[in-house]
Amino acid sequence: MTAPPPHDHTGLPADMTLTDDAVAREAAQLDSIWRDGRGFWGWLTTVDHKSIGKRYIITAFLMFIAGGIEAAMMRTQLARPENTLLGPDRYNQIFTTHGTTMMFLFAVPIMTAMGLYFVPLMIGARNVAFPRLNAFGYWTYFVGVVFLYVSLFANTGPDAGWFSYVPLAGPQYSPGHRVDVWAQLVTYTEIAALCAAVNIIVTTFKMRAPGMSLNRIPLFVWAQLVVSFMIVFAMPAVATGSTLMLAADRAVNTQWFNPAEGGDALLWQHIFWFFGHPEVYIIFLPALGFVTPIVETFSRRPVFGYTALVMANITTAFFAFGLWVHHMFATPVPELGQSLFTAASMLIAIPTGVQIFCWIATLWLGRPELRTAMLFVLGFIFTFVNGGITGVMLASVAFDKQAHDTFFVVAHLHYVLLGGGVMPLFGAFYFWFPKIVGRMLDETIGKIHFWLFLIGVNLTFFPMHILGLEGMPRRVYTYLAATGWGPLNLVATAGAYIIALSVIAFLYNVLKSWRGGAPAGPNPWNSSGLEWAIPSPPPSYTFLHVPVVHSRHPLWEPAVDMPVVTGLRTDRREVLLTTAFDARPDSRHHAPGPSIWPLYLALCMGVMWIGSIFSPYFVLIATGLSAIGLVGWALQSTSTPGTERVATGDAVVELA
Amino acid sequence: MHSLFDPSSPQARAVAGLWWWMLAVGGTVWLIVIVAMLWAAITRRQRRLSSDLVRLDDTAHVRTERVVTIASGITVAILIAFLAYDFTVGHALAQHPLRALTIDVTGHQWWWQVLYEDPDPSRQLVTANEIHVPVGVPIQFKLRAADVIHSFWAPSLNGKKDLIPGYTTTLWFQADTAGRYRGQCAEFCGLQHAKMAFYIVAEPKPKFAAWLAAASQAPASPSDPHLVYGQRVFLSAGCATCHTIAGTQARATVGPDLTHLGSRETLAAGTLANTRENLLRWIVDPGLWKPGVHMPAVPLSPPQQEALADYLESMK
Repeated sequence: MTAPPPHDHTGLPADMTLTDDAVAREAAQLDSIWRDGRGFWGWLTTVDHKSIGKRYIITAFLMFIAGGIEAAMMRTQLARPENTLLGPDRYNQIFTTHGTTMMFLFAVPIMTAMGLYFVPLMIGARNVAFPRLNAFGYWTYFVGVVFLYVSLFANTGPDAGWFSYVPLAGPQYSPGHRVDVWAQLVTYTEIAALCAAVNIIVTTFKMRAPGMSLNRIPLFVWAQLVVSFMIVFAMPAVATGSTLMLAADRAVNTQWFNPAEGGDALLWQHIFWFFGHPEVYIIFLPALGFVTPIVETFSRRPVFGYTALVMANITTAFFAFGLWVHHMFATPVPELGQSLFTAASMLIAIPTGVQIFCWIATLWLGRPELRTAMLFVLGFIFTFVNGGITGVMLASVAFDKQAHDTFFVVAHLHYVLLGGGVMPLFGAFYFWFPKIVGRMLDETIGKIHFWLFLIGVNLTFFPMHILGLEGMPRRVYTYLAATGWGPLNLVATAGAYIIALSVIAFLYNVLKSWRGGAPAGPNPWNSSGLEWAIPSPPPSYTFLHVPVVHSRHPLWEPAVDMPVVTGLRTDRREVLLTTAFDARPDSRHHAPGPSIWPLYLALCMGVMWIGSIFSPYFVLIATGLSAIGLVGWALQSTSTPGTERVATGDAVVELA
Repeated sequence: MHSLFDPSSPQARAVAGLWWWMLAVGGTVWLIVIVAMLWAAITRRQRRLSSDLVRLDDTAHVRTERVVTIASGITVAILIAFLAYDFTVGHALAQHPLRALTIDVTGHQWWWQVLYEDPDPSRQLVTANEIHVPVGVPIQFKLRAADVIHSFWAPSLNGKKDLIPGYTTTLWFQADTAGRYRGQCAEFCGLQHAKMAFYIVAEPKPKFAAWLAAASQAPASPSDPHLVYGQRVFLSAGCATCHTIAGTQARATVGPDLTHLGSRETLAAGTLANTRENLLRWIVDPGLWKPGVHMPAVPLSPPQQEALADYLESMK
């Protein structure tokens, strides 16, 4: 195979017959149709997946920094025994906010945000399927972010742990509004995640470029698709548990979890972990989706075992729903039942192992080039495999009863989430930052960032394995000197500061490169995906002409004359819908434009959730306010024609 | 001793054996994967980004396919071995003894109530935070929670078990050697989760029998006027609204039973050495050592505090 021919910035092959002048005219017209409105109002009303994706990524990364600051405070408190820097009350709020922030406001949102930005680019679409829903999802999430941090600074930060076990989180043992904040916040983020999930599912199934049949979908998009289905099944469980049950127990005296009134404290754990375990894979699978294109690009060959990787994604998602009881091995769940969950927990190691083997095989068969993005992938395997192996250990009921709820589990989950989630995410930032911003991140600072992060993570969390087995429970605000846990805790704290340094290096790199980085051009890495066929940053309309795809690696294996779809209207927002399996042109659809109603409705939701903490009547008030918004939204939607069918054929269709 | 690395019961030893085996196998797997990765990344490394793609070589591809398949097969085999070993250990731990000393433990925010069961209710012994057990005898724990979820865990003796309101859970072990084994609440239970420890004191059978006999006796009424004064302070200043001392009118069960407090080695749920000085400081302001603790600071004059501390310490 030889190098791909150069592409121009339009995604059109070089021998297209259109003149430059006609292209420029068409581009200008498309831009006037697709770009956001002007000024602050335009910023508020945008429904462009790129604008929303970008602000989603930035907000979620700010949450990573907030959660990181909380982590640094905890590590400082635990640096030595009987430290008095933070009292138990403050410490409990901080560790709960750390967990809640990292799981609900950073990890899941940033993974779906990457999908919302890149899935349309990778499948040749101009926007997501439901642009206004997308805007609504972001604003809902944003209200949740503001809500949690205002609460924390008002000394009302949640303090019952990120999984808020009842009865500790119930009305009797957590009076006040701290746990209310948690219960309602969870609902916000679930709604936001569901909005993203249905968007990604429908976008992937209906808006792929012609020719991108299921077996040609990039693995990044496969991961996002699979995870979106997981979100659809997992999030309603916790939304029901937190809002309809926990918040109702606290606000209107239902007794779901009160054993004295016939409720059941263990019920909460089942509901929570039925969501909580898939949640881990909801964070982890998209990260695996980042890994494949990075490995391919820097190994200079297609990934080894595409089909195996897709199957591994799907089986992981399936098994992920059958593991939740391994969080409950110390509870009175019958022993025979527990053994089923042990077997399932070990089973899930198989698809994960297969994926790791496939990437290593790709390295073997390729010519790896160790750019920063690639280093983060190697760091991911180095760290994550460790977390995966301790995960298999924790599947054992006998061993788990020792390690459960100790620092061993803290070590395991951070190896998995930092190794399996954040390392690939940083790799993805180095890889796709040029696409989003149009400029390259600095490689030298990037390597400093990588090494500090790798050393910091391992220095912080490796000693915690030993601490856990030496008897240190998690969520303790202090420990006695006589326990002998001091030295290893000090090492862990030093590691945490090194992580902080690495993140500072990254931030410096981003700020410096945003303005002064080397221009990236459309395809700085000579990569293979459709997103690299368009300029960096992408124009408002993304693709001047929707490309037609003939392989899994469109830019590496271009057809002799790479055809494009023409004939979509350029005087309104029109997108091409294709069939779900084979991606044959099916119909064209008039996509909605900017709207303020998503923001308005998100604020109404905010009034409902925040208000209902104080009085159930806010539900009624907010319902009335929402009705106005829904009517406004509906009127705006029906003022535009919907979908028209087009003639379809086996080959590329010239749309009339 | 509070560590998986120092097992002192057949139960903890079985789990420790499982752990070392898993560590050896898991560590080897990790090492092989990382070496394979680094070997590929380093030996096949290319220094300059090239737009040339690597040619697909059919034989190399087939060979790699074989290696990946074998590696996946080995993964499956290791997992099956894991599962078999785990089920063996789990099965052994699940066999509860037919005859055992039964001890009821109730978790409270933030201390442990301990009750030695006896067919004759009048001979049931109640104590707190320090659990004496005989060596070489199976001990069956019945675990309950009075308020929120706690978790009972002494790592050198066995894994943990949650105490959940509305449920009675069980756990058992058999201590091999005499010693003091530290344990701690493992499920987050609120402000003082960090300072909710306990001790298992394993003793040879005769010593345990002697302890049980002594502990079942109500302490003798004090005769020293200073101690009599201390007892009066205890009964009149409000202590008796929460605590019990056998042989007196103090019969409340909100807080730990303080009969024979002087014979315990720790205070404040296993977190303070039982010295007169510590006890005095605890009585003056419990929230200083355990912020958020439910025990209030009772206003007492210094002579009252001293007499009270001396009285409590006198009950050996």
